[in-house]
Amino acid sequence: MNITEKILARASGRERLSPDDVVFVNVDKVMLHDVSGPGVIKVFEKLKNQGINVEKLWDSSKVWIAEDHFVPSAEKVSAENIVKLSNFSKKYGIEKHFKYGLGQYGICHTLSHEEALVLPGEVYVGGDSHTNTTGALGAFACGLGHTDVAYVLLNGKIWFKVPETLLFKLNGKLPEHVMAKDLILKIIGDIGTDGGAYKTMQFAGNGIDEMSVDERLTLTNMTTEAGAKNGIIEPDQKIVDHLASRGATEFTQIKGDSDADYSKTFEYEASEMEPIVAKPFSPENIVIVREAPTVELDKAYIGSCTGAKLEDLEAVAKILKGKKVKIRTEVLPAAISIYKKAIEKGFIQIFLDAGATVGPPTCGACCGAHMGVLAKGEICISTTNRNFPGRMGHVESQTYLASPLVTAASAVTGKITDPRDLN
Amino acid sequence: MKGNVIKYERDNIDTDVILPGTYLKLHDYDELASHAMEGIDPEFHAKVKDGDFIVSGKNFGCGSSREHAPIALSHSGIKAVLALSFARIFYRNSVDGAFLLPIEIDEEAYKNIANGDELNISVETNEIKNVTKNQTYQMKPFSEIIGKIIAAGGLFKFKP
Repeated sequence: MNITEKILARASGRERLSPDDVVFVNVDKVMLHDVSGPGVIKVFEKLKNQGINVEKLWDSSKVWIAEDHFVPSAEKVSAENIVKLSNFSKKYGIEKHFKYGLGQYGICHTLSHEEALVLPGEVYVGGDSHTNTTGALGAFACGLGHTDVAYVLLNGKIWFKVPETLLFKLNGKLPEHVMAKDLILKIIGDIGTDGGAYKTMQFAGNGIDEMSVDERLTLTNMTTEAGAKNGIIEPDQKIVDHLASRGATEFTQIKGDSDADYSKTFEYEASEMEPIVAKPFSPENIVIVREAPTVELDKAYIGSCTGAKLEDLEAVAKILKGKKVKIRTEVLPAAISIYKKAIEKGFIQIFLDAGATVGPPTCGACCGAHMGVLAKGEICISTTNRNFPGRMGHVESQTYLASPLVTAASAVTGKITDPRDLN
Repeated sequence: MKGNVIKYERDNIDTDVILPGTYLKLHDYDELASHAMEGIDPEFHAKVKDGDFIVSGKNFGCGSSREHAPIALSHSGIKAVLALSFARIFYRNSVDGAFLLPIEIDEEAYKNIANGDELNISVETNEIKNVTKNQTYQMKPFSEIIGKIIAAGGLFKFKP
């Protein structure tokens, strides 16, 4: 069995599982945020009216809550959702509730790895499609809707069809000007936005071994854009060290058997990789940066679970140091812990000196919610993960998806720019 | 199950166009319905009738996990979406929350069903009758677990 099959077998009490088996698995961790949380509360209200007991959760110590999409509250409805969320965690005794303006908070997926909330070998589900992100720690991490999350909160388990696994091997270390974002955009361009649908996307090879934890998280994050059920990487010493530095030392690493089955294997040579952008309006609509259309950009956005981790900010700082941005540029670190480290390392000073605006952690404009949404006709280059019509604002705005290096270089020139071509 | 078709002849209709992100803060089901499909068809709310079906291409419902998407469609009156394929979270949400039926159709059905056609769908026989065109198509049967959850009326009523 491969790692995903082994985790699901462990969690369902089966000796052996194969793709297409349907099982109920015991869940180890569950997450909700200020969009899925109020959605779950609504499901609870419906269930209560049907006579189903919703007074007690299966295990509130395994539940955590993030305030991230509409925070700091953009207007009254969002503010009320935050109050609902606070009342919910109080009623059910959920202690891990990361509130904005109260110490550490940030984007849910970022907190999962920054706070070591999820461990290798665990089954982790969340009320957000990018829950896949956390699979980089060696967990089965999968996004669900409100009804399914409500079911998990009350029953501690959920059904899954065991996915077949696509294996993506990276041979060699990525060149300095290429980031994990370029690789995952290339993969999505190759297999399409439904190329991983209902499947596992697993990453391996010496190029992945070389990759930092932050970069691996970008790969698993965007398996969602290929429709995957989960993205996963077998844990190694880097993951163990990452978790240990955040206080988590007790877990069992699960790895695949040497004769594990993969339905298809894809190989990528690191030395052949180029910086890539995804043009509007799909993450699969890729082009090499040096062959990208000449467009006058209006804005650069550096944020989200995909593109505002510490190393993403480091990459941006490397480009912006001593330079000025030519277009509106917004940087939103993905969590307070990252924000603080970015201050310590001098990145925030570099951003401000370059003329960029720095905002608080939030999903913000990535999902068109608030804080920098796009007007009709505006064109944005962004470190985020989606560029569907209207994703970041007006339905006639446009978003190009790119790595932090490419986004920063483009902020300096106002055009889509390969970091190697910046003087 | 009888109704008329609203057809979107394209692939990858994502949940951001089904229910744009700015409305994610809303949780009143009728209010959500009033914004359904706003990202692709601002006329949808005015034209949709109770019992209608949506017909579309590949990877319907891709993107965000927002359950707002099937909720908004279902509370607009949509009883089923017929598509060449579905993204997984939209599919699960539709079935587990008992909002609407996600029905997989083949290229032939997709090509032949036109906007405004009247369909009569039987999930017992997996048959889709096009009353307007006097044609019959086969839908892809639901898998065992999906069939059972649908028959139970959603995940909470399903006994594993």
